[in-house]
Amino acid sequence: MNNNVSLPVLETKNLGVSFGGLKACSEVDITINKKEIYGLIGPNGAGKTTIFNLITGIYAPTTGEIYLCGEKINKLSQETICHKGVARTFQNIRLFNNMTVIRNVMVGLHNRKEFKCSFIESALRFPRQFKVEKAMREKAKEILRIFGLEEERNNLACNLPYGMQRKLEIARALATEPKLLLLDEPAAGMNPNETMELVETIKKIRDMFDITILLIEHDLKFVSGLCDRVTVLNFGKVLSTGTVSEVLNDPSVIEAYIGKDDE
Amino acid sequence: MIKHKKNFKLKHYINYIGIGFVTILFSILSLTGNASISLQFLLEKIAISIILAVSLGLVVGFLGELSLGHAGFMCIGAYIGGKVSAMLEASLGCGISNLLISLIVGGIAAGICGVIIGLPALRLRGDYLAIVTLAFGEIVKTIFINTSAESFGGATGLSTPRYNREFLFIYAFIIVLIMLFIVQNLIRSKHGRAITAIRDSEIASRATGINVTRYKLLVFALSAFFAGIAGVLFSFSNYRVQCTKFDYNYSIEILVMVVLGGMGNITGGIISSSLITLLQVKLATLLSGNLAVLQNVLYALILVLIVIYNNAPRLKGFREKYSIKVLFNKIFKKKADPATVRDDEAKWDRVPTKINVDDLLSMDLVVTESVAKPDKGGEHNE
Ligand SMILES: Nc1ncnc2c1ncn2[C@@H]1O[C@H](COP(=O)(O)OP(=O)(O)OP(=O)(O)O)[C@@H](O)[C@H]1O
Ligand SMILES: [Mg+2]
Repeated sequence: MNNNVSLPVLETKNLGVSFGGLKACSEVDITINKKEIYGLIGPNGAGKTTIFNLITGIYAPTTGEIYLCGEKINKLSQETICHKGVARTFQNIRLFNNMTVIRNVMVGLHNRKEFKCSFIESALRFPRQFKVEKAMREKAKEILRIFGLEEERNNLACNLPYGMQRKLEIARALATEPKLLLLDEPAAGMNPNETMELVETIKKIRDMFDITILLIEHDLKFVSGLCDRVTVLNFGKVLSTGTVSEVLNDPSVIEAYIGKDDE
Repeated sequence: MIKHKKNFKLKHYINYIGIGFVTILFSILSLTGNASISLQFLLEKIAISIILAVSLGLVVGFLGELSLGHAGFMCIGAYIGGKVSAMLEASLGCGISNLLISLIVGGIAAGICGVIIGLPALRLRGDYLAIVTLAFGEIVKTIFINTSAESFGGATGLSTPRYNREFLFIYAFIIVLIMLFIVQNLIRSKHGRAITAIRDSEIASRATGINVTRYKLLVFALSAFFAGIAGVLFSFSNYRVQCTKFDYNYSIEILVMVVLGGMGNITGGIISSSLITLLQVKLATLLSGNLAVLQNVLYALILVLIVIYNNAPRLKGFREKYSIKVLFNKIFKKKADPATVRDDEAKWDRVPTKINVDDLLSMDLVVTESVAKPDKGGEHNE
């Protein structure tokens, strides 16, 4: 069923949530195809992060549905949604700060089938425990290498510079073997060099792992260099959808951005 | 390279070696008739304290939740295990089979209660959970006080079979070793990693696919299970169970052992629980009669001094020169490098619990590093 090419990886239908009286987002329809890099842009408070939280199950939608490869996921727990193949990063980085870099990635590998090792096997030191641990470490190193973090693997995550922390968070998400990767402002706080490098890395991981990527970003240069299609949100509603140039020429988008020259 | 390997092996096995050495030494002393009853009693108490501190350390240090009801689990284990043992005495006598069965039954009874207490832990945060566990401990105590004389002895308590003192502490230390084996292997496995991940950020763990519910219940159950076993040993050590012993103060005392040993530091927990127990027993024997009132005063005073020594910012330089760790490194010519640790080693001792334990013990002495660190957002949704 998942091999069906025509099925979009992610589809939201009439998605909406309100907090008390506030409609953080409503009537959001997004369709993302396989291997697409999709952008979600919009001014501050437009509801972009809220959509991520809805997809990953942190919030339950008040209206609408979310489909992952044709399967409805909006009633599932956060863990199950991750097991189904959605991984994410956070706008305000959430690493396991008191753990080393490599351990952060190894937590991401936790639920992979090839690293299965029951609680009893671990507690009683069965041979499998050692085999799995070693295999996990090798795999984690491999993933860290993609992000150029291999040398840092034994540092504590909280001691890394900001740009590296962002990359580590992506590495950890990638370790869960996602079909869909959600990146919340991955370039925030990075210098132009790091940002350019990140663009390349994101393209590389898309091709290497055959994944689909949905990302939030304010930096329009970053978005136009990377995204196949984008959706513009404003006040929780979809303003426009299309390629970057289409969207930027859309009169309603121009109107929404007037007076917001910082965007 | 080879030398490296040797080094980290020693570090991994140091707890087994230490406890094993103590066990063998005193077993020989005891079996050759050179150990007094009071020494045997002291050793039993130390073993019980180690089990309690390590098991509470699982919840507080590794999972990062605060539990103030550890004595409650112990109480359940003591009553259930003591009762089972008393019932089996007629058929099995005071042998090792009776001991084993009652230990396991007592442990499982406490473990089940651990799951029940773990359930609110899934919904409650930090201080609220602390209140629930606190109430739990008091409820357990009250239930056992109000039992009938035939069932659990009520207010007078339950007398338990008298096991041979010469062997009891040896069994207790063997249990310590088994517990260390299980706990340390677990902590160093992928499951332990998942547990520490939950401690560091619950939201990120969930997003990474860690089954938070399962692990929280698991840790609570395991911790309660070992507390229950400690309770059973306690009942055998005292020939009697009386629930007044398992009060709030006792839970706090166990917490103090964990905190002084360092959050998430198993070796530290073993050392601090042994020393505190030794201190208590020594004070009790030194200051008897009219001086007995001084026991608690001195005990409290020494604890305060230790906490000040461990935490006061002014003493930082002094500590860096004269701490046990530095001494150890000097002896083994190891260079301490705080920035990096090898793949296999965990830097366990830097654990911000969700609730500040220093505050709880009303020691407003310090801004510890973990608090002073820039906060990367709490556990709340964005
Ligand atoms: N849990 C919540 N409770 C109440 N209101 C919320 C909650 N989460 C989000 N909101 C509100 O929903 C709106 C959208 O927030 P959201 O974080 O999705 O914006 P954003 O597009 O990610 O903005 P930014 O660019 O600043 O990250 C905001 O007005 C916010 O205050
Ligand atoms: Mg946001």
